[in-house]
Amino acid sequence: MTNKKTELLVAALENGTVIDHIPSELVFTIASLLELDKLSSSVTIGYNLQSSKLGKKGIIKVADKFFSDEEISRLAIVAPNVVLNVIRNFDVVEKKEVIIPDELHGIVRCGNPKCITNNEPMSTYFHVIDKQAGTLKCHYCEKEQNKDKVKLV
Amino acid sequence: MTKSFVTIADLSKEKIMSLLEAAARFEENPNRKTLDGKVIATLFFEPSTRTRLSFETAVNRLSGRVIGFSDAATSSSSKGESLKDTIMMVSNYADLIVMRHYLEGAARYASEISPVPIINAGDGANQHPSQTMLDLYSIYKTQGTLENLNIYLVGDLKYGRTVHSLLMAMRHFNPNFHFIAPKELAMPNEYKLYCKEHGINYVEHTDFTEETIADADILYMTRVQRERFTDLMEYERVKDVYILKADMLKGTRDNLRILHPLPRVNEIATDVDESPKAYYFQQAKNGLYIREALICDCLGLEI
Repeated sequence: MTNKKTELLVAALENGTVIDHIPSELVFTIASLLELDKLSSSVTIGYNLQSSKLGKKGIIKVADKFFSDEEISRLAIVAPNVVLNVIRNFDVVEKKEVIIPDELHGIVRCGNPKCITNNEPMSTYFHVIDKQAGTLKCHYCEKEQNKDKVKLV
Repeated sequence: MTKSFVTIADLSKEKIMSLLEAAARFEENPNRKTLDGKVIATLFFEPSTRTRLSFETAVNRLSGRVIGFSDAATSSSSKGESLKDTIMMVSNYADLIVMRHYLEGAARYASEISPVPIINAGDGANQHPSQTMLDLYSIYKTQGTLENLNIYLVGDLKYGRTVHSLLMAMRHFNPNFHFIAPKELAMPNEYKLYCKEHGINYVEHTDFTEETIADADILYMTRVQRERFTDLMEYERVKDVYILKADMLKGTRDNLRILHPLPRVNEIATDVDESPKAYYFQQAKNGLYIREALICDCLGLEI
């Protein structure tokens, strides 16, 4: 199993969360969306690791941290396919998938340059109106946009 | 939360009808003391003389007082003050804020932070709900009902915010829409999708003739602007097609009324003005009554 090889590259975790199979280019984006820079526990970030599935992959191991659904939902736009392994006593006890939330607060920027959110010091707010197609609607300017076209805040 | 008026999208049928009935009562008696002792702010970050005069007249006729500015250049937003700070400052003085802004979503945001109600008098290309309400009132008044009408929208249906809002507001009333526009300015797909989702019937036309409009109850004209075209040859070809002339009205229904959000340039020939079917000047006047109704509704005042 490819997992085994990675385990050799990165030290095992007693308690915490392992996010595996991250496309390499998204590793630091995910780290910032999950606000890992604000944690005080140990965080291991693997980058450009060999993966048979992705070519190059990334892995993030966060000790003693269990992410809430709300925190995980922040990944819905950039990395909807990552899986978070919840580790307790060296064992994976749960695999959490990213659930696309009904609303996005402060995650992505509105694509409309004439939207108030791009011109005022304020948080953005989107309604997810079609989870399958990834259609977002800005709460303020009411413009619909696709999640592939929007940029992160 | 205070009761603001930001968009027509979330107005129920009952709410629309009760506002129209209130407007009818104001039309019977437009001069009242309802706003005696109240101060209303009109903040026009983008100039719009017509809309501002209509709101300010509504306040004056209800014995309220008006403060505000008519142009962002004369306000502190030209010094870089945020919208939030301006709204918080003005809400110290006024009981209600009427605002027009060049940025989309500005009124929604203001309504979320303001301790006093906000009325959206236009936010960029997004919404202009008091215009929609006065359009509805004009249709209601001239046809006696909003139900089952043949409504013909003519001209720039791509960028025309008034026609999009009207279309959405009419969803409660089983309308038959006809979209008459050049290809480049046709009704966008998202609104056609909206029609399908809400069971609204529509037919699209590119020609605009006496025959096309024979069954119309309402003819809603908008302006075809040169700057909207990427292909100027196309503009030259269609610019005179979407002009309403008096002789096109011969075969039309007696109850037909012609609406236009104004300002008009040349899309309605001046010889139409004499027709009893021309309604655009009275339409603007109806704005006064509907704005009286909106202001009182947001302040929770009985009329």
